[in-house]
Amino acid sequence: MAERVLMKGNEAIAEAAIRAGCRHYFGYPITPQTEIAAYMAKKMPKIGGVFLQAESEIASINMVYGAAAAGMRVMTSSSSPGISLKAEGLSYIAGSDVPAFVVNVQRGGPGLGGIQPSQSDYFQATKGGGHGDYRMIVLAPASVQEMASLTIKGFNLADKYRMTSMILADGTIGQMMEPISFEDAEIETYEKPWALTGTEGKRPHNIVNSLYLQPDQLEKTNFERYERYKIVEENEPMWEEYMMEDAEICVVAFGIASRVAKNAVVAARNEGIKVGLIRPITLWPFPTKPLAAAADKVKSFISVELNMGQMIEDVRLATGCKRPVTLCNRTGGMIPSPEQVLESIRNAQKGE
Amino acid sequence: MAVVFEKPKSLTDVQLHYCPGCPHGIIHRLVAEAIDELGIEGKTIGVAPVGCAVMAYDYFACDMIEAAHGRAPATATGIKRCRPDNIVFTYQGDGDLASIGMAETVHAAARNENITIIFVNNAIYGMTGGQMAPTSLPGQVTQTSPYGRDVNHCGWPIRVSEMLSTLEGPEYIARVAVNNVKNVKNAKKAIKKAFENQIAGKGFSLVEVVSACPTNWGMTPQQALAWVESDMLPYYPIGVYKDRTAAKEAEGK
Repeated sequence: MAERVLMKGNEAIAEAAIRAGCRHYFGYPITPQTEIAAYMAKKMPKIGGVFLQAESEIASINMVYGAAAAGMRVMTSSSSPGISLKAEGLSYIAGSDVPAFVVNVQRGGPGLGGIQPSQSDYFQATKGGGHGDYRMIVLAPASVQEMASLTIKGFNLADKYRMTSMILADGTIGQMMEPISFEDAEIETYEKPWALTGTEGKRPHNIVNSLYLQPDQLEKTNFERYERYKIVEENEPMWEEYMMEDAEICVVAFGIASRVAKNAVVAARNEGIKVGLIRPITLWPFPTKPLAAAADKVKSFISVELNMGQMIEDVRLATGCKRPVTLCNRTGGMIPSPEQVLESIRNAQKGE
Repeated sequence: MAVVFEKPKSLTDVQLHYCPGCPHGIIHRLVAEAIDELGIEGKTIGVAPVGCAVMAYDYFACDMIEAAHGRAPATATGIKRCRPDNIVFTYQGDGDLASIGMAETVHAAARNENITIIFVNNAIYGMTGGQMAPTSLPGQVTQTSPYGRDVNHCGWPIRVSEMLSTLEGPEYIARVAVNNVKNVKNAKKAIKKAFENQIAGKGFSLVEVVSACPTNWGMTPQQALAWVESDMLPYYPIGVYKDRTAAKEAEGK
């Protein structure tokens, strides 16, 4: 049997990153993700890696940009307000097609917001955040085990597609402890002929750059990048279906909200309501296929979110607005109770 | 036919886009000559700024990266921490380094990050068409200080070399100019030393090069070089502001 260890969500990310081959961490303190930096500060010097506390989130993401361009597996982590500051760097990283790994342990917003768990950076993560045409792979763990396994997956995907993978977690999963295993981790390695290594006089110089002053060239580069994104959309969507076989109502939820929703689904089943759950694991690429398929079977959808209703827009798009989609939410750091979600399911059953 | 004068190997054949009379060409050449003479082209990685030198990645023949505005010292830090055996330099202007990138500059210096920074101070934002810079002189007329820089309204120009030399961190801080042959020769020595320091692992070395911007200053190239002498250098005196190794050696004597 695989060895299981009890870990905090944030520490699981840090340990998984090291196991994925990450030897460079650049960050800036912010609650509720500080355990990641603390873990890295302790571990990195002992394994020949680099932990560096930068002067700001802006500096840390630009250190990541440099290290990624140098061909290394590198990461930074932050929480919502800090991710806003990193948005500039995320755009440059996307525009330069270098792979990076970024963690957002979300807290309530906007502005300084609060320090309690939230999912209100869904738009920022999946629709952009920084300027320009670009995408990031967005992974939404719902357990400490997934904090680890999706971190390793995230590094693999980043290298494979030369883009940023972001873990979009929340303060709850970051702080809670669960037993996990690292045994099944598969580390993929990719050649990086574009990396800055020094020419050694053996090849023309490599240039890592996002500037294209000729509009036709910039357009061409964006078209090519989106061809790559299309492959990601085709191959990489991940999701979990729960009790969907005979479901007449479909609850959609990710991350910590999905765990509350799962309890409510079980409670509703006990009341004889045919309800199931689709849990997106990748938020981009969004799992449109299972939702489109469900739209032909179920009467309605309920989007359960820790925000004012962000993923609900993607649920409507994926289902072509064929069925009504209602929102069951709390925000500002509040978490819905299973009873609140259950009540939404009962209302959906009544057709309200 | 004998070749009597060549361009440095560390420069590509790409034609520079700089305005007539702009000293960026001279400064590029000095950096490239230093890299050539030290034989480090094959392991050097350069970081281009946002500003007039934004396309420096096309001009230097070593591996290059284009950084976000002001972030070159952070990007260089990321590279150097990954590849400590490579030589990493940034080439930045005054808006990039002393305004939007001041935090990155100060903290890279404080960490004694083992990188080389070439800081070109021409007292104006050139690329965007001549706006007031953090180093524009009191009374200097620019697009955004059309009545002359009023220090009571927008503060005083920043002397970067003096300020950074107050930090414990950096190894070497020097200010040079390229307005005449003698100064160009001294600038070359300082730039070369800034690379030698990195090779020797001594740490953060920054050379501030007082430059000119004839186009945006509204002057001929000759007038601009004369203005460097008459107005720039009195406010930004040439000199070595910090040299830890030299100071230690002097102490030891």
